[in-house]
Amino acid sequence: MNPLTISALTTHIVSLFERDETLRDVWVTGEVSSWKRAASGHIYFSLKDSSATINAVMWRGSAQAQAWLPRAGDQVLAHGYVGVYPERGAYQLYVNQVRPAGRGQLYAQFEALKRRLAEAGLFDEERKRPIPAQPRRIGVVTSADAAALRDILRVLSQRWPLVDVVVFPTLVQGSEAPGQIEGALATANYYDAAVEPLDVIILARGGGSIEDLWAFNDERVAQAVADSVVPVICGVGHETDFTIADFVADLRASTPSAAAAAAVPDRAEAAEGLAAARRWLASQAQARLEAERVRLGQLLQRLERTHPQRRLDLQRQRLDERQARLHRTMDRLLERESASVLAARQRLDALNPTGVLSRGYSIVRNEAGQVITAPDQVAPGDPLRVHAAGGEYGVTVER
Amino acid sequence: MDESSATYPEDLTYEAALEQLEQIIASLESGDLPLEEALARYEEGAALAAFCEQKLDEAELRVRKWRPGDAVEGETVEFHEWEED
Repeated sequence: MNPLTISALTTHIVSLFERDETLRDVWVTGEVSSWKRAASGHIYFSLKDSSATINAVMWRGSAQAQAWLPRAGDQVLAHGYVGVYPERGAYQLYVNQVRPAGRGQLYAQFEALKRRLAEAGLFDEERKRPIPAQPRRIGVVTSADAAALRDILRVLSQRWPLVDVVVFPTLVQGSEAPGQIEGALATANYYDAAVEPLDVIILARGGGSIEDLWAFNDERVAQAVADSVVPVICGVGHETDFTIADFVADLRASTPSAAAAAAVPDRAEAAEGLAAARRWLASQAQARLEAERVRLGQLLQRLERTHPQRRLDLQRQRLDERQARLHRTMDRLLERESASVLAARQRLDALNPTGVLSRGYSIVRNEAGQVITAPDQVAPGDPLRVHAAGGEYGVTVER
Repeated sequence: MDESSATYPEDLTYEAALEQLEQIIASLESGDLPLEEALARYEEGAALAAFCEQKLDEAELRVRKWRPGDAVEGETVEFHEWEED
């Protein structure tokens, strides 16, 4: 007899498990019971059917990678390997993937939660707050590096770049997503709440399978949306996807882009409105001025008929006319006078002795200067002076 | 009467300017303002509309990202990655 130690035997058993094709890589189906998450993050549970049970463990890393995690009583498909836990001499299923066994079960869960929350009043229309027409600050709760975020920011930038956006990154799928979304929504609500709280929060995730979107069917997320003081617009998945978060949100949009579009006004529309306002102002100003001009014109007419200045002006006009007539009369008189002066002057010129001399006549004077007009005034030998047009000369009387 | 010559405080927001514009239009619609005051308001309204249009044209989306802090408080940092295509 050559006895084996317990350790040696256990090592042998482990090697048998490891060599077995089925135990190394297996899908099993069964019902979850005694689901327990340890402080370490590892999850301990069992899977059973009507006649058998197996202990199972899912390490923290695997648990975080799951889009969906079951609860006790759920039917699941689980993948992993069967191994030995030597200290207890037990074998167990080491699970690295878990899915609902058939989507029927997911829908059943979804419907059950939806019914419960509806009864609790979380979907009531009266609870829904209006989305502000012109938000200044928008919070976006989504994955920081997904296409959904880029879509949202692009739409906001095109439609209404006047807003400030704060992104609150969170996982949007996997077992940790609901807790993170809950936390991100709370942070967004606290963000600058005392100074300038956010006007609206967009909660979004791009399209995916029902399992991918499952975080948005989590009760914690639903409650966080309901508890949000800031109005929430939910845009998860595609047009046909409805999540619990959609029902609780103040506004449901079909996609992340649609959520962004619903959050802000349209810049083009606003510009049109402003242009219309400017046209209205201009036409009103014009109309007002025109009305004032007409009124002023009417007043002036009335004023002119009654003002004393009007009579003064009339008198002045008459005076002006009379002055003009006076001037014309005087001018005529002066003309007439100057004509008679001219005639007198011509007559005078004819009488001017100098004029006579120029025609060849001469004036003869004696030495005494007397003008000689008859022969008896002179004697032969008398010196006389002849005054002609060109000058004077002396002559002597002969006989 | 050059609208663009109207100056506004730097911190006047689009929303505040739009509200002023709406008030001016309402006061003009209700009528009965003296001519000079009405004309001043038409002008002011046109300037405000131009200011708003300018704000719409010039605005650029400002994006920040929340970064949880070591302590309870976090902070936001500029976020530009989305702009790269």
